[in-house]
Amino acid sequence: MSAISREEVAHLASLSRIDLGPAELDTLAGQLDVILGAVAAVQQVAGDDVPATSHPMPLTNVTRSDTPRPSLGSAAVLAGAPEAEQGRFRVPRILEED
Amino acid sequence: MTTTVAEPVRDYDEVTAAFDPVLGLEVHVELNTATKMFCGCTTIFGAEPNSQVCPVCLGLPGALPVLNEIGLESAIRIGLALNCTIAERCRFARKNYFYPDMPKNFQTSQYDEPIAFDGHLDVELDDGTTFRVPVERAHMEEDTGKSLHVGGATGRIHGADYSLVDYNRAGIPLIEIVTKPVEGAGERAPEIARAYVSALRDLLRGLRVSDVRMEQGSLRCDANISLRPKAAPGEDQSAVPFGTRSETKNVNSLRSVERAIRYEMTRQADRLLSGQRVVQETRHWHEDTGVTTSGRSKEEAEDYRYFPEPDLVPIVPDPARVEELRALLPEPPGVRRKRLQAEWGISDLEMRDVVNARAVELIEATITAGATAATARKWWTQELARQAKTSGVELADLPITPAQVAALQALVDAGTINDKLARQVLEGVLAGEGDPKDVVAARGLKVVSDDGALGNAVDRAIEANPEVAEKIRGGKVAAAGALVGSVMRDMRGQADAAKVRSLILARLAPGEADGNG
Repeated sequence: MSAISREEVAHLASLSRIDLGPAELDTLAGQLDVILGAVAAVQQVAGDDVPATSHPMPLTNVTRSDTPRPSLGSAAVLAGAPEAEQGRFRVPRILEED
Repeated sequence: MTTTVAEPVRDYDEVTAAFDPVLGLEVHVELNTATKMFCGCTTIFGAEPNSQVCPVCLGLPGALPVLNEIGLESAIRIGLALNCTIAERCRFARKNYFYPDMPKNFQTSQYDEPIAFDGHLDVELDDGTTFRVPVERAHMEEDTGKSLHVGGATGRIHGADYSLVDYNRAGIPLIEIVTKPVEGAGERAPEIARAYVSALRDLLRGLRVSDVRMEQGSLRCDANISLRPKAAPGEDQSAVPFGTRSETKNVNSLRSVERAIRYEMTRQADRLLSGQRVVQETRHWHEDTGVTTSGRSKEEAEDYRYFPEPDLVPIVPDPARVEELRALLPEPPGVRRKRLQAEWGISDLEMRDVVNARAVELIEATITAGATAATARKWWTQELARQAKTSGVELADLPITPAQVAALQALVDAGTINDKLARQVLEGVLAGEGDPKDVVAARGLKVVSDDGALGNAVDRAIEANPEVAEKIRGGKVAAAGALVGSVMRDMRGQADAAKVRSLILARLAPGEADGNG
């Protein structure tokens, strides 16, 4: 059984607003399945005695000073929006109140 | 459409007779840093939509968040002030969800490793007793964007056709402070909740880490409440399992915290007493109608798939720096009040009046500006408290400064004006006519102590009140008060009353004049 179905890939693509054709879906579903299979193999190897690694680099306490830096500017920001209105991102109706 | 039909409720007395409430309060506080938690965008309230946004807070591919050092220190200071243990090591987590108020599709937060945990806050109640609220944790996260719902009749989500999102707020540093279940509050649960949020606000204000303005959303409260059956006399209430809780959001004032909890208690009690169950859900508080309504049901919705944030490295606070921050903490508000009360030499009851009038800082500043404790307290808790009440504003928002109050009292002490004139001067200051001395000059309110002018007024008063004058001549010195009153009216209050009295006695009962001047 495959780890991810073609339908699930199509659903994820639509959530991600990526327009995929039927041929692309076929290709990606196959490729993602291979990747997930590899991850599953790693999961089998990792026993309970191996803590999950969230940060492979031995770095801690990386901070920056509280100093303002230029923002993008609303025009540039909204250029990436599928739709904009009143200087804001226009998005489909959502379920949650503010 | 949401249900707006009012749900049945029970009398509060009936509720507390049958049930023991358990509280849980989540307070979100926006820090007052110059920049966001993980990027250099500014945090100015009310700026043009989407003008304080960059690749990091937009979650664009390849952007790398870096923690704001002041945000981290503020979090540690808040944890210390709440008597928490500061984590030796902690990390951030991604809280994943699909609402568009975070462009990244997740909120950077802390999950299993908060920066601070296991603390408490001692809260002073109206009757002067103290209640200890246990604090579970304080953790760092970021605020979300602001949504505007378009097309719905009320501007809310229900019936909206689409939403408009402004990401200026997305990424502003937020500290979430969560209590443990608060037991033992009993019938005072609503008051305790309010007192806790109020004490927390004072504490955060004292730390200078936030504007703590509930009306602007820089301090927000979510109130969890559940009811469990009251234990029989002699039995252990804490052994009774918790009931199902509801979480009420949108509680944006101290008064609302108290009202919302009280309402939820009466609503939940009705369900339980009529054989229904309380649904675990999010509810929304409506300030105007004083009720909560059902929001999204929690049981179906919450799987945030938390996982460690790979882009932000773990935090390992330097113990020496933590101790330094602890040593620099301001005096806790409760301790400070006790100290000031002793310094001012006033009773518990008087101090409570001062606290309830929100006059502590104002009185303190007025004393610093030169007034005595007694006069500073008198002005703020009496005349100015009355003015604030009449105008419906907070005492601190009256257009008068502690320095001006001290200057006013200095004019009284110098004999330039008397108490009655001082009230007129106060009105002038509040009306924007300048400092007390400016008002005195502009309105011509100086006390007249010139013997010639006063003497003429005294002569007129004696002439107009022959019977009173006769009594005084006959030895009834107390009757002089009536003549003093007459002179004060004649002089429109601007006479030096003591001087007037001595002039009257000098004329009518020379033997009594000495020592009364």
